[in-house]
Amino acid sequence: MIPGVNGFMYPNEVELQWSVLIVLYPYITGLVAGAFILASLERVFKVEAVRPTYRLALLTALAFLLVAPLPLQLHLGHPERSFEMYLTPHTSSAMAMFGFVYLWYLTVVLLLEIWLEYRAEIVGLAQTTTGIRRLIYRALTLGSYNVSPEARRIDDKVGYAVTVIGIPSAFLLHGYVGFIFGSVKANPWWSSPLMPIVFLFSAMVSGIAAVMVLYVVCSKLRKVPIDMRCLDTIARYLFYTFVIDFTLEMLDLVHRTYEADESFRSLDFMVHTRLWFSQVILQIMLGTLVPLAILAANQLWRFSVGVRKAMYMTAGGLTLIGIFAMRWNVVIGGQLFSKSFLGYTSYKMELVTREGLLSAIALMILPFVIFLVLIKLLPPWQEEKPR
Amino acid sequence: MWFARKEGVVRRLVRDAGHLIRPALVLLAGVAVFLVVRSAIVPKAFGQYGHYRPGALALVRQRPIAYAGQDTCVVCHDDEATARAAGKHAHVACEACHGALAQHADDPAAHVPQLPDVANLCRRCHEKDAAKPPTFPQVVTAEHSGGMACNQCHQPHNPHL
Ligand code: HEC
Ligand code: HEC
Ligand code: HEC
Ligand code: HEC
Repeated sequence: MIPGVNGFMYPNEVELQWSVLIVLYPYITGLVAGAFILASLERVFKVEAVRPTYRLALLTALAFLLVAPLPLQLHLGHPERSFEMYLTPHTSSAMAMFGFVYLWYLTVVLLLEIWLEYRAEIVGLAQTTTGIRRLIYRALTLGSYNVSPEARRIDDKVGYAVTVIGIPSAFLLHGYVGFIFGSVKANPWWSSPLMPIVFLFSAMVSGIAAVMVLYVVCSKLRKVPIDMRCLDTIARYLFYTFVIDFTLEMLDLVHRTYEADESFRSLDFMVHTRLWFSQVILQIMLGTLVPLAILAANQLWRFSVGVRKAMYMTAGGLTLIGIFAMRWNVVIGGQLFSKSFLGYTSYKMELVTREGLLSAIALMILPFVIFLVLIKLLPPWQEEKPR
Repeated sequence: MWFARKEGVVRRLVRDAGHLIRPALVLLAGVAVFLVVRSAIVPKAFGQYGHYRPGALALVRQRPIAYAGQDTCVVCHDDEATARAAGKHAHVACEACHGALAQHADDPAAHVPQLPDVANLCRRCHEKDAAKPPTFPQVVTAEHSGGMACNQCHQPHNPHL
């Protein structure tokens, strides 16, 4: 009777409340957490090979972090009211508490770590540039020009400590996003204690893949050679985290199938019909198995540099699409079936509305614009002078 | 000896780590601004009765009453009340069909209500919909009435034929 609806749907389920913007939100936050964890590999776990992407990863994390809350703001319609969440937070609201996790992560972890990392350059640039750029850099020095070796050594120590604090913070940041879905107990597609962990690992996968692709693209654009040792190492870590991520997701799937609670038939039907393309084809086949196979092949055999680059780029691109599909299937999939388990609705994406496709595309472009500004301001390249 | 060495350590620390105070100060300044803004914006008695602004209660109370409630209608409209009480609409409030009529109840002569638009009114509750409990009387209105107004066959106040 109602277009797009099959079977029985409660009236408030017919139209989806959470649109493509809510898909973007965990996707973008995931990229932040993943990029940061890649950066901390170098810092805390002393994986020297990934050094060339350290700064790149930090700036990527910052660019995406600044955009992360925007999809939510746009979804709210009254964005200015979100500020109330900080003014009068309610302790029973996961969202309100997340506001503080976000601020903590932005200020105490990311900005501080970037500042400590770049201090020498900032001071140098404040003394060599002119005009408005000079003013910006002078402001960024926060008034201290002390970049003596002793001072930098202390910066390094503090930066290390910040990274150590940053890892659980990044876990919290993205585990929390999974928590928000996992704690919706009325929705069997979401309600699972595995949700935060699955989100976390998929975040790491997407963040690492994003930095890997960005690194190759940036090197190509700048016409500098790619450090293959670095790229191989990133690809290896991508493979490891991906294996864990995939295992966890399959564990979730097997567990659901075995448990087969009263929701199972309905969800199973949904996966075989409305979600078949986005879940089985995009997420599992193209977005997971293919990149995993490519990455695994690279662990087994040595290919030539050109082939490896192409393989990594393919794997990275597919991974990013696959993780996006995963967010889509969680957010949109969770709203397609009736809580009566007797019917299904469909999601019709709008084009030029506030929550339409164009807004989503603009929001996805914005982090790259910020990223461009950031690399102009704080060049992450340091092939010439290794630390 | 020991004291002098210690003093040296402190002096070196101030020299080499002094710049770390600055981001801390920036952060503190941010927190301070936030606290000032917060104390200026958050209503004074916030949280007195619960997680909301107590002044909101007074504001809500000030708003004009829109619904009179059916006990009021019954005082003057005995006929409709009796008719309704005898039928299945006994528990459907007058203003669920007639709309908010507090002004009319206050001064019937000055505010004569418009009668409901039957073509849409009955459909609103009785249109066939799988989401409604099966025991609720519902019809596919287009087929059921053949285009006639519902109240040509049913009495709105006592709908049984
Ligand atoms: C104080 C007595 C009084 C109260 C209380 C009252 N009414 Fe009336 N109502 C009247 C009078 C008198 C008229 C006739 C007005 C006229 O035709 O000028 C009337 C007219 C109406 C009419 C229009 C009748 C027509 O033929 O157009 C409706 C409908 C109506 N009332 C509904 C209600 C409802 C619903 C309530 C309760 C919210 C209500 N009334 C409360 C006295 C009252
Ligand atoms: C199920 C919806 C419904 C409910 C409940 C209802 N009415 Fe009506 N009422 C109508 C409709 C429809 C008309 C217009 C009938 C017409 O146009 O012939 C009407 C007409 C009236 C009239 C105008 C006189 C008439 O009979 O045509 C009055 C007065 C009235 N209603 C009062 C009341 C009061 C008082 C109550 C509560 C005890 C009430 N109504 C409950 C639907 C309702
Ligand atoms: C506000 C919702 C509402 C509106 C509007 C409404 N009704 Fe009803 N109607 C009910 C309810 C509630 C019942 C009682 C259902 C029950 O007893 O299970 C009912 C019952 C009925 C019945 C069944 C009577 C029987 O004896 O089985 C008919 C016929 C009916 N309404 C016709 C109408 C008509 C005609 C209109 C328009 C003038 C109308 N209704 C407007 C809520 C509404
Ligand atoms: C041509 C006369 C006629 C018209 C017009 C008409 N009905 Fe009926 N309606 C009936 C008859 C006859 C019954 C069955 C007798 C009964 O159960 O009271 C009935 C029954 C109903 C029932 C009860 C169904 C059930 O399953 O118990 C509802 C609800 C109803 N009508 C709503 C409407 C609505 C809404 C309209 C306007 C769109 C409307 N009717 C118009 C004649 C009519």
